[in-house]
Amino acid sequence: MDMTPSPRTPPAGGVSPAADPAAAGAEPLLRLRGISKHFGAVQALYGVDLDLPAAQVTALCGDNGAGKSVLTKTIAGISQPDAGEMFWEGRRVHIRNANDSAALGIETVYQDLALADNLDIVQNMFLGRERLSHALLDEDSMERAAAETLASLRVTTVRSIRQPVATLSGGQRQAVAVAKAVMWNSKLVMLDEPTAALGVAQTRMVLDLIRRLKSHGLAVMVISHNLNDVFQVADRIAVLRLGRMVAQGALSAFDRQSVVDYMTTGTSSREPVTAGGERG
Amino acid sequence: MDPTQHAAETPVRDEPEPDESPDLTLAVVEVPAAIVARSLGQYLQAWWASVKSGDAGVLPVAIALIAVTVVFTIVSPNNVFLSPVNLVNLFDQSAVFIMLAIGEGFVLLLGEIDLSIGYVGAIGGIVAGLLVQPSPNWPWWLAIIAALVVCGAIGAIQGLIVTKLGIPSFVVTLAGYLFWFGVMIAILGTSGGVGVNSTVIDGQVALHGIVYSYIDPVIAWIGLVVIVALLGGAMWLRDAGRRRSGLVAPPVGLTIAKIVAVAVAGIAVVAICNIDRGKFLPIVGVPWVVPLVLIVLGAWTMLLERTQFGRHMYAVGGNPEASRRAGINVSRVRTLGFVLCSGTSGIAGIIYLSQLGGLTTNINGGQLVLYAVAAAVIGGTSLFGGRGRAIHGLLGGLVIGAIYNGLYLLGLPIQWQLIVTGLVLLAAVSVDSLSRRRAGGSLVRA
Repeated sequence: MDMTPSPRTPPAGGVSPAADPAAAGAEPLLRLRGISKHFGAVQALYGVDLDLPAAQVTALCGDNGAGKSVLTKTIAGISQPDAGEMFWEGRRVHIRNANDSAALGIETVYQDLALADNLDIVQNMFLGRERLSHALLDEDSMERAAAETLASLRVTTVRSIRQPVATLSGGQRQAVAVAKAVMWNSKLVMLDEPTAALGVAQTRMVLDLIRRLKSHGLAVMVISHNLNDVFQVADRIAVLRLGRMVAQGALSAFDRQSVVDYMTTGTSSREPVTAGGERG
Repeated sequence: MDPTQHAAETPVRDEPEPDESPDLTLAVVEVPAAIVARSLGQYLQAWWASVKSGDAGVLPVAIALIAVTVVFTIVSPNNVFLSPVNLVNLFDQSAVFIMLAIGEGFVLLLGEIDLSIGYVGAIGGIVAGLLVQPSPNWPWWLAIIAALVVCGAIGAIQGLIVTKLGIPSFVVTLAGYLFWFGVMIAILGTSGGVGVNSTVIDGQVALHGIVYSYIDPVIAWIGLVVIVALLGGAMWLRDAGRRRSGLVAPPVGLTIAKIVAVAVAGIAVVAICNIDRGKFLPIVGVPWVVPLVLIVLGAWTMLLERTQFGRHMYAVGGNPEASRRAGINVSRVRTLGFVLCSGTSGIAGIIYLSQLGGLTTNINGGQLVLYAVAAAVIGGTSLFGGRGRAIHGLLGGLVIGAIYNGLYLLGLPIQWQLIVTGLVLLAAVSVDSLSRRRAGGSLVRA
């Protein structure tokens, strides 16, 4: 693997990372090519390539400062790349702000979940997109839709859909945040450290939830430090190190040690994996 | 949790997966009783459990009202506190505190505070009073609109300074407190006051009559029946409809209890006001200020609890960052909160003008604003944002009005009134803080 930061030209549209079965087969839902981003003198991303196929869980791994957050924010439209291209369902797109990403069907569940504790589950799920009828809130319709979404995700442990989010446990809060994200016909859901603050039972609940998203045909990107979770739930793994995509491929191409190696050194002496990003 | 209950209460009724382990982590706050109880008995049980866990709900304000009433009835000369004439007087005085508390509630809900509304409200009253003087002799309704526009504009200025410059509302409105005090004195000029009386000029008669003209007893009873029927009918239809379609709804008994409570309170007020309270000539009837307060209460309750803007106010008060990410214009919501606060305080100022027959530079805007904050917090609004309803201003305003009235009846000198006010404010805020701490730092209280 070429680790020198070579000036690169964006690859032609049709080039797909060889030996990456997910990308080689069908066009992935979202394809990033050569995404670069710098903040002042600090280069955060160097020509990152990433594929997020539908109905698959892609785990984005990397140490602190590897660029996971910047990459996520770029996809979410919160931060703009300096260079590179994004293809959504094969079509080139420019995601300039959060509204653009929402319009495409991209939703992000941040680590802090962005829930208002004083509002109930329905109110949180519809926050900012309330349904109205005759200029007043249409509570009945919102409650029905929220109940349907929660049922489809098998979130059954909450006592009442009208209880304030402050009364929920950590796992339930995560479930509500995920349900909020998938309510809007979203096609790609990005989860930032979804299990970081959870106990064993709750972690299992959230991982089940991620599998259900996948079975609903959504593309899921999970940012996680926790390799246990990654190996339980992911179909594909992408490893960032110091702003470079050092490895990307099917789960079967990795084991725990190789992921750790990629995260810490950028290479692995174990199973050969074709890096999706650095084809220098 | 009783597993059979769980199945009945959860609207989501999928078969639980065999591998799905129950979420054993206890949440830090009790689930509000009204949404999980299926009967009034269960509701009371659940309510008592949440009271014991530190979530006091309306209990403090109910206890405060009863305690204040009992104490002042006993200690007031000839038990005059509970006499019809004094109770009507108490409604009039409370109306000012209620309006200020409802106004303050808007900014407290956002996690902000407005220390200027005592003098801003006074400016509202003074503007209305000046506009119904022989010159320019505006009609009363135009004078009121002008006063509210002025107050709303003041709120907009302060709100924009808070949101656009990022200066804490405490500082901005403390500056506003002094600034508008000065402006008020400047407006009043050398005369030092503005008066309205019940003779000659139509506009003055109308403003004076807010407190000192009364609704015909028969019409008051008819009005009460209509209001209770409409409100009770709406509550009943809404809850029954939700119950029928399997949505979360309070138990039947609770809906009935609420309607009965509204009816009883209404009957009590109308009955008290319809007892002859005149010394020489008969005086009967509900003062117009009572329906005025109820209209404002109803309008602001609708705004807060049934509109998208109201929902966004709660969201911004609960989690501004989440609101921003949800696409809510947080600055706009905050600024409008200050506008609503100042505008409502303008209504308080006009009622005060009517009650006193005029306003002078002696008005104590500092004490008024502290009464307003105390009333809102006693009523159940949190000082820390995210929790509060318009009705809290009404309940707390009644408590503060009763204390103010009772101390006056006792003829206590001003120093004792100040000391008691300070203690009441401290007690109210302590209850708020304690309930938050025991509830695990949460913002929620039913």
